[in-house]
Amino acid sequence: MLLIPCPYCGARTENEFAYGGEAHKVRPEHPEEVSDEAWADYLFLQKNTNGTYYERWVHAHGCRRWFNLVRDTLTNQVHGAYKIEEEPPKVDETTYV
Amino acid sequence: MKARYSIFSLARNALSYHENWQQAWHSPEPKKSYDAVIVGGGGHGLVTAYYLAKEHGMRNIAVIERGWLGGGNTGRNTTIVRSNYMWDQSAALYEHALKLWENMTRELNFNVMFSQRSVLNLAHTQNEVRITKRRIHSNRLNGIDSTWLDPEDVKREVPIIDLRGGGRYPVLGGSIQRRAGTARHDAVAWGYARACSEMGVDIIQQCAVEGFDIEGGQVTGVRTSKGQIKTNKVGLVVAGHCGVLANMAGFKLPVNSRPLQALVSEPVKPIIHNVVMAGAVHAYISQSDKGELVIGAGTDAYNGYSQWGSNPVTEDTLAAICELYPLFRRMRMLRQWGGVVDTCPDASPIIGLSPVKGIYLNCGWGTGGFKATPGSGHIFADTVANNRPHPIAAPFALDRFRTGFLIDEHAAAGVAH
Amino acid sequence: MAQTYRLQDRGRVDLERPIDFTFNGKRYRGYAGDTVASALLANGIHLVGRSFKYHRPRGILGAGAEEPNALLQVESGPRTLPNVRATQAELYDGMAVTSVNAWPGPDTDVGAVNQLFAKLFPAGFYYKTFMWPGKAWPYYEKVIRHAAGLGKAPTDPDPDFYDKRYAHCDVLVAGGGPAGLAAALTAARSGARVVLADENPEFGGSLLSARETIDGKPAIDWVQATLDELRGHPEVRILPRTIVFGYYDHNWIDLLESRTDHLSRKPDDRPRQRMWKVRAQEVVLATGAIERPLVFVDNDRPGIMLASAARSYVNRYGVKPGNRCVLVTNNDGAYQAALDMQDAGIEIAAAIDVRAEATGPFTERAKQAGIRILPNHGVAAVDGAKRVRAIKAQPLAADGERLTGASRKIACDFVASSGGWNPTVHLFSQSRGKLRFDAETAAFVPDRSVQRARSAGCCQGTWGLMGCLKDGLAAGAEAAKAAGFPDTKAGSTPKASDDGFLPARWLWTVPGEQPVGHKGKHFVDYQNDVTAADLLLAIREGYTSIEHVKRYTTTGMATDQGKTSNVNALGIVSQARGLPIPEIGTTTFRPPYTPVTFGAWGGRDVGDLFDAERHSPMHAWHVRAGAAFENVGLWKRPWYYPIGNESMHDAVQRESKATRDSVGILDATTLGRIDVQGPDAVEFLNRVYTNGWKTLKPGMARYGLMLGEDGMVMDDGVTACLRENHYLMHTTSGGAGDVLAHLEEYLQTEWPELRVYLTTVTEQYATAALAGPNARKLLQEVTDIDLSPEAFPFMTFREGTVAGVPARVFRISFSGDLSFEINVHADHGLHMWQTLMSVGEKYDITPYGTETMHVLRAEKGFIIVGQETDGTVTPIDLGMDKLCSSKKDFIGKRSLARPDMLDPQRKQFVGLLPDDPEEVLEEGAQLVEVLKDAPPMDMVGHVSSSYMSPNLGRSFALALVEGGLHKHGQKVFAPMPGGKTIACTITNPVFFDPEGERLRA
Repeated sequence: MLLIPCPYCGARTENEFAYGGEAHKVRPEHPEEVSDEAWADYLFLQKNTNGTYYERWVHAHGCRRWFNLVRDTLTNQVHGAYKIEEEPPKVDETTYV
Repeated sequence: MKARYSIFSLARNALSYHENWQQAWHSPEPKKSYDAVIVGGGGHGLVTAYYLAKEHGMRNIAVIERGWLGGGNTGRNTTIVRSNYMWDQSAALYEHALKLWENMTRELNFNVMFSQRSVLNLAHTQNEVRITKRRIHSNRLNGIDSTWLDPEDVKREVPIIDLRGGGRYPVLGGSIQRRAGTARHDAVAWGYARACSEMGVDIIQQCAVEGFDIEGGQVTGVRTSKGQIKTNKVGLVVAGHCGVLANMAGFKLPVNSRPLQALVSEPVKPIIHNVVMAGAVHAYISQSDKGELVIGAGTDAYNGYSQWGSNPVTEDTLAAICELYPLFRRMRMLRQWGGVVDTCPDASPIIGLSPVKGIYLNCGWGTGGFKATPGSGHIFADTVANNRPHPIAAPFALDRFRTGFLIDEHAAAGVAH
Repeated sequence: MAQTYRLQDRGRVDLERPIDFTFNGKRYRGYAGDTVASALLANGIHLVGRSFKYHRPRGILGAGAEEPNALLQVESGPRTLPNVRATQAELYDGMAVTSVNAWPGPDTDVGAVNQLFAKLFPAGFYYKTFMWPGKAWPYYEKVIRHAAGLGKAPTDPDPDFYDKRYAHCDVLVAGGGPAGLAAALTAARSGARVVLADENPEFGGSLLSARETIDGKPAIDWVQATLDELRGHPEVRILPRTIVFGYYDHNWIDLLESRTDHLSRKPDDRPRQRMWKVRAQEVVLATGAIERPLVFVDNDRPGIMLASAARSYVNRYGVKPGNRCVLVTNNDGAYQAALDMQDAGIEIAAAIDVRAEATGPFTERAKQAGIRILPNHGVAAVDGAKRVRAIKAQPLAADGERLTGASRKIACDFVASSGGWNPTVHLFSQSRGKLRFDAETAAFVPDRSVQRARSAGCCQGTWGLMGCLKDGLAAGAEAAKAAGFPDTKAGSTPKASDDGFLPARWLWTVPGEQPVGHKGKHFVDYQNDVTAADLLLAIREGYTSIEHVKRYTTTGMATDQGKTSNVNALGIVSQARGLPIPEIGTTTFRPPYTPVTFGAWGGRDVGDLFDAERHSPMHAWHVRAGAAFENVGLWKRPWYYPIGNESMHDAVQRESKATRDSVGILDATTLGRIDVQGPDAVEFLNRVYTNGWKTLKPGMARYGLMLGEDGMVMDDGVTACLRENHYLMHTTSGGAGDVLAHLEEYLQTEWPELRVYLTTVTEQYATAALAGPNARKLLQEVTDIDLSPEAFPFMTFREGTVAGVPARVFRISFSGDLSFEINVHADHGLHMWQTLMSVGEKYDITPYGTETMHVLRAEKGFIIVGQETDGTVTPIDLGMDKLCSSKKDFIGKRSLARPDMLDPQRKQFVGLLPDDPEEVLEEGAQLVEVLKDAPPMDMVGHVSSSYMSPNLGRSFALALVEGGLHKHGQKVFAPMPGGKTIACTITNPVFFDPEGERLRA
């Protein structure tokens, strides 16, 4: 059971939150102008990192705010949380092979 | 030629205190080059190598495995085998596999304990009833055995079930596939490894992939912890870690890796005789030949590579088990674990060519890979050998995410949209 | 019944409180404080069961959680419990226990015939046989299944209930032995919130079984004083009978408290067990250590037990396991047990010591006490199948791999065996802490913590009592400090002995008369009947990875999860492969530490509390009206209202007809409602719906279709413009939560610049939909709103009063008939409904449920999201491409331009009319264009909705058919099981009032 530091409410247990997948994917500003490949990339493709991962969460049973989390997907160590409009914290990134 | 296994060979070996059994498979050091390298020594990878050698005459091949054979999802699943999938493409794939399961023990001369004890899929809401019937009709017209059960039929098949489901989600019926069942998961890996080894396939454990050599868009080799291996055909069959290897080869996949949880109880005398899956409340149960209740829980809601799961998932599943089988409330959980599954947006696998020439993909099986093992390997071997998708594999190409031709098994699972 | 082996002068049982119980139907007596195991031993019983595979007679090996053999069925009937360790089960009056896996009993067990064929059953034998004839496996399997398993599952529902509790603390201490108590003490003194848990009814851990002193007084006095002080701290929670079984992410710890299993009468009002879910800031693991048995030939004979267990029975329970003991050991510490036994009047016949030289503090004391020690000896053979009678000792050869010289037979009635100790690192390993192999003690010890935890005492490889106390004090202080109590001090360590169990010799297999596997069996995993020979066979066959060894032989996979066997197995594998143990690896310790009841995981989240139920304010009325209910999301919705014994079909026919003929009323409260406000609200609606919203004026409403970004239909509903920049969005009943989440996600993450605020207001309203030609007349009687078509046209809303309460009335229709949806404050819902019902009497108002709602909307060709759509259907497929604006972007639009979305052969939305108007197609039926005699057949679509319509006077259906939009008039067939085929014609899906005259009337 993860302990997730909501930037608005503080640390709460995992079951108050919902997951939003990879962070910093940006919806193309003019979707009609992008290729099918680029659109598929936006829709479906994932970094799916084994290691330090920047991901989106929403405090669904709390403040209902979306935010980003930096978490190690192997160890579940949380490196920090930041608001959508904020820059990610500086983290020593790890990727496992 | 290896000695065949039988009651007679057991008796013969008993006379020499079982001291003369041969190795089930050899563990050579990797050669400098191979005609093909299969990355991933789980069931799917081993079957791929088996058919490359057996049906495509490729004997100079290797299976390389980072850990130990069958140590990934092959050895961590709830061993359910069935083919009652709704979409034609999926049905073709899983039925192809089921037919191979039916002959696997004999073909391998290794008892994989394929037990066609029937699989029930319960329906708990009107919407599930509709979807279940739709799937049954589809199965039937695809030539797959699948029958609707009214609640009283469910009770006849599973006398210990509480049809009231505790009151909240009563059992409104379900489907049954009688040819479906379970198998001994480890035995599948070992049986195919033994058969591969006998045909000269090199099985190399403790050998991690560290990178790929790619020249002009064509793969030319694999860099491993046991050195460089030259090859221009690489099959990636690594389940949860497909994303990691795709990143090494320079492309991304539409895959999220997540722990899927399972657990077993203490062993008890036979009490439940088939496999019962309740999708709405996420509780899958069967009883192993050893007597343990084998229970499949859900996938974690977030990405993860640890073979541990999150406890709310276990709590929900066990609450559901207590609802459907009130007499199991006093049973005790012996062990819980997780397997890292590679889930695609449409809950269907990716089988076929990749953006790099010579690299072939077999991944994205999510929670459903074990049942497909022999079929997956069979059509993947054909794909690798002939550098084009096998007809059954064709709909499962990576390109479907561009065209939108998804095979959305969520729809078939009755997941509300 | 005499307890021949009970000691009157020692032990912690209460000799004043005798307890009667039965074992395999026979009555015995024990005392309060006994476990089943100690009580059986007091009565001279060692033989308690049969083994899993060979049905070998088995006795009691341990005295706690490590017990692999003595598994019993406790009670019968609904409260029966399989596989209970006799060593952990507290005795209570009237308790009835029976052996498992033995029929008719452990003494004369029919399954023992297996022993005759044991030679055919090496590890993995089942992979090599039962293959002939080809179809016979189901029969073999049936036999195997019946032979396998241990106890019996209950066959009746559990009469007990379970509980879950959350707790937060600064310091959690797992284990209440010397280290744990010391840790709890320093942490508590700092003021920290402490949780201290121990699996035993009494705290003290190993001290309960010891005769040592602390500060010159009996150790138990220190335990008592410590507990007294802890109880004085208000922030300390002391949990006896509570096992810490799981260590999960971020210091989340699960505990299981046993509340009634030890009671003779189970109280109705107390949960049987309680699961504690603790988030601890800091954790101290003080989980002790478990002794390993030695692997010698036939080491499973009843009467052979761990030396520590024998000591525990003598000191803690006042029970002699026998009168004449042989000690078999590889270490010095085991002599402490021998000395205690000797002190209790047990004759120590000999000590077979595999060490070349028997030395060490306890060994020296044993020598002084006159115990005969046979150094450098192995066990040649064990006499006695159902109870050890004698043990044959023989000198070891120099390499320790075989015996040499003359053997001697030593008569005994029990054997105490010690192969060294394993720190109980399960929880530490579960916390993903890294282990290190300590060559000196040949054990895995904690190396590096990953979570905020530290180990203290034996579980981290500290072996003397004084060292454990010191460890505990320091760990408690460190934990409290780390949890934010800076002034914590460890304090001085009380005086106690500090002897460990070294020196030792690590002889993983003690050789017998013949090579391993030839005669007799060297058991490693008792419960799964895994022998040293099995391990060697696995390696010989290439199953060399420790995980393969484990899975091939099943060692360590029994209900004890290898507590006594894992390290012995590693040692044997390491020796066979010629590799040091750390290179062999260790298997991962997975939760739980000991088995945990399913019911406790479920807690009270069962029955009515399994999942939330949502009710409309009119729910009680529906119940009184005898409605049948349907689950829609979390909502309980009236499905239909049967009158008397009316069938569902008849009720729905009646409701449908009555509504179209006069007026019907539907509880539409469950529709999702989202209040959308802000200067950019209309722009937001434009982006989330396929159609345009800029022209929607206050007072008007519009149907909207919402897609996921993948272009698939996700939701639909009517949105009204309440006033400028203020909208009320309706969603489907089941989809409301997902829609709100979807909208918030885009608003917050993609378009934070939009000034829009979303509020769920579903629960604030109660809604009744009046439908049918008399809807206007009826409503006009109870409202001040002008309902005339001119004043109140279709797709608008008005505000006023209905039944005297403020209301907002929408003129929208899901039935295809003249319809008004009346929204009032939720508190007024029942009043509104009842008023409409009573005023409506003269119009024969008919309440209708979701099924009739489905019929009516289907007659009109309206879709239901989730029924006509399944996540694979686009608006184009539904023939609703006109609703997709070409002038703007919206969520999902780009996906609709992908190649496959434009394929004319996609499944498209159509109506179906069966040739036989009495034939109602089954929902879910598959459709074909070309019939064949038998499957397989090519399917072109499926039936999504199908009904008998009293209004059309015939059956009809909705379907999705490949290229169906252009196939109106063509034939399709639904081949049913049993050879029946239903022929249908594809039609336009709008069957009723295609011009919409009723709708706009």
